[in-house]
Amino acid sequence: MATLSMCQPQCGGFSFDYCKRNALLEAEITKVGCGVPTARKTGTTICGVVFKDGVILGADTRATEGMIVADKNCSKIHYISPNIYCCGAGTAADTEMTTQIISSNLELHSLSTGRLPRVATANRMLKQMLFRYQGYIGAALVLGGVDCLGPHLYSIYPHGSTDKLPYVTMGSGSLAAMAVFEDRYKADMEEDQAKQLVSDAISAGIFNDLGSGSNIDLCVITKGAVDYLRPHEEANKKGVRAGSYKYKHGTTGVLTKSVATLQLEVLEETVQTMDTS
Amino acid sequence: MNSRGLRSQLKDSVPVTGLCPQAGDYGFPDTLRKGFSSVKNELIPSHPLELSEKNFQLNQDKMNFSTLRNIQGLHATLKLQMEYRAAKQIHRLPFLQSSNIALDTLRGSDDSIGFEDILNDPAQCEMMGEPHIMVEHKLGLL
Repeated sequence: MATLSMCQPQCGGFSFDYCKRNALLEAEITKVGCGVPTARKTGTTICGVVFKDGVILGADTRATEGMIVADKNCSKIHYISPNIYCCGAGTAADTEMTTQIISSNLELHSLSTGRLPRVATANRMLKQMLFRYQGYIGAALVLGGVDCLGPHLYSIYPHGSTDKLPYVTMGSGSLAAMAVFEDRYKADMEEDQAKQLVSDAISAGIFNDLGSGSNIDLCVITKGAVDYLRPHEEANKKGVRAGSYKYKHGTTGVLTKSVATLQLEVLEETVQTMDTS
Repeated sequence: MNSRGLRSQLKDSVPVTGLCPQAGDYGFPDTLRKGFSSVKNELIPSHPLELSEKNFQLNQDKMNFSTLRNIQGLHATLKLQMEYRAAKQIHRLPFLQSSNIALDTLRGSDDSIGFEDILNDPAQCEMMGEPHIMVEHKLGLL
């Protein structure tokens, strides 16, 4: 085992060891005329809406890294607690880890209080954590759930600011989705109507924003019940080929055929059990 | 590096304490990770978050104490600080990891999970300090 010569007690958390090294390397590399890899662009459409007896969250399922679609069916609606779910936009790993950590904390919290957690608690935990890291954790979230005080919907920005609104959108397709909400949102909608609205908002993001695509996921949270629809709808189905364009076996005629035998030298081999006593 | 002047960056920097500030984990300057050693390199944080993360617990405690003092009066802070001091003294030998459960209970952080619990956990560290040196340092012999 390697021994350390330092005497200070170590503490956990983020390590900034490589920042100096990376700055050094970047300076050296730009001198030569090369560049260091940059962060890739991400894109998402996520949204949520409050209806008569609950909250509906919606998300697309495309994961992008720059010009590449990294995943055609990724899940962007994360579990927080039995009555709270959270959509994530931004850096995939950051949204994933942030929601996992808050989920664990809320579970501990509800174990110690013996009640279902409230959405305001989750919101406060998320914003305090994101504010601590000053936007370096790139997680833009839509948090929704139903607790003892009814349905709640929050949008949380990477720097830790939050909004509590009846309908919210996030991600690069947020403008397209918000346009649909602004047009057709009504207070106290029925579930079917609200589901249709959210799915239309997400498909507006899918068809008008290049960073969003594939399917539509929905999560309907009502008092005491969660309906996680994945996929709720495939926005643009891939067409099916009408005919088969494969050549039949033997279409190309065989002109000549020659079989050569390999000259092999076969040795006798036997296996004996080793005496291990 | 951010664009603020050197002087203003130095103002909120904390000098590194230790035997040899430029030494890496193995006791000699770690040029690959930390670059060529210079005073500026040692004093200025390499990431905007580094300082605030380093002092986060300290500032959090300070804020909690001042809130407590405003709400309940000086006696509550003094009593709690005394308990903190007592709990901080409970340790295994310096080169063994302490669980700090008493301190965590006082802080109320025993039922919460943060990045400090899952990333870079010192209890899972694959390197171990030199026992004799660490004990001697703790006792002030070194």
